[in-house]
Amino acid sequence: MTAERLFDLSGLKCPMPIVRLNKIVRELEADEQCQVIADDPAFAPDVEAWCRKTGNTLVSCTSNAEKITATIRKESHT
Amino acid sequence: MTNTIRDSCSSASQSVLERLAKLERRVEGGPDANALSMVVFSGELDKLLAAFVIATGAAASEMRVSMFFTFWGTAALKKDGPQEAGKTLVERMFGWMLPGGLHRRRLSRMDMCGIGRRMMAAEMRKKGTPDLESLISIAQECDVEVNVCEMSMSLMGITREELISYPKMKLCGVATFLETASKAGTTLFI
Repeated sequence: MTAERLFDLSGLKCPMPIVRLNKIVRELEADEQCQVIADDPAFAPDVEAWCRKTGNTLVSCTSNAEKITATIRKESHT
Repeated sequence: MTNTIRDSCSSASQSVLERLAKLERRVEGGPDANALSMVVFSGELDKLLAAFVIATGAAASEMRVSMFFTFWGTAALKKDGPQEAGKTLVERMFGWMLPGGLHRRRLSRMDMCGIGRRMMAAEMRKKGTPDLESLISIAQECDVEVNVCEMSMSLMGITREELISYPKMKLCGVATFLETASKAGTTLFI
């Protein structure tokens, strides 16, 4: 598996992290993963909701020291 | 006797088929969970910010978004600049009372003659929250539809040339809104 690309969304506030995430995931191939880092506290629940809504998979989501790191896999049907 | 049974059976199956067809039509034309329709009635900054945050967020969640601007919402889409020529006195007065320019939008609360608005703008810059201009350009990039109520434009004497430029802007009436709203799983009034 190729190394997943990392995107830093720090400093962005709602709705920008989701707007950027959507652009990032749109450009991925099916089954490809990406990792994003954000510091908007709303991002943790929002990335979960976004994945459910768009049908992509949230592989992992961890928060520490005000940083939220999420790994998302693009699903083929999206 | 058998004929009577056959007849009643066929009429029963006929009515079941009719009901099925009716249900099918209802499901096909039913609301789409991936469509959002919004009525933007208010023209205040805070309400416009909320409307555009929801609209862009929905578009970024792969929803189809359609915003219908009416009354004060329509007037809020006016750009800065002089009024068009050829208006009646009352229309011209509306123009004076409702000056254009996104930066002139007031807060619905705590505006305090512009002090609150300026404090809010400063806080938004400091905290990196997108302003109205940026949200509108993101909405444009995400294909958010902006429909403007033609009736409120003519009522307040607003011309198409006085509105901000937005490629997906359409002037329309209530029927267009209703058609969109009836197909959308979510409709909001702001």
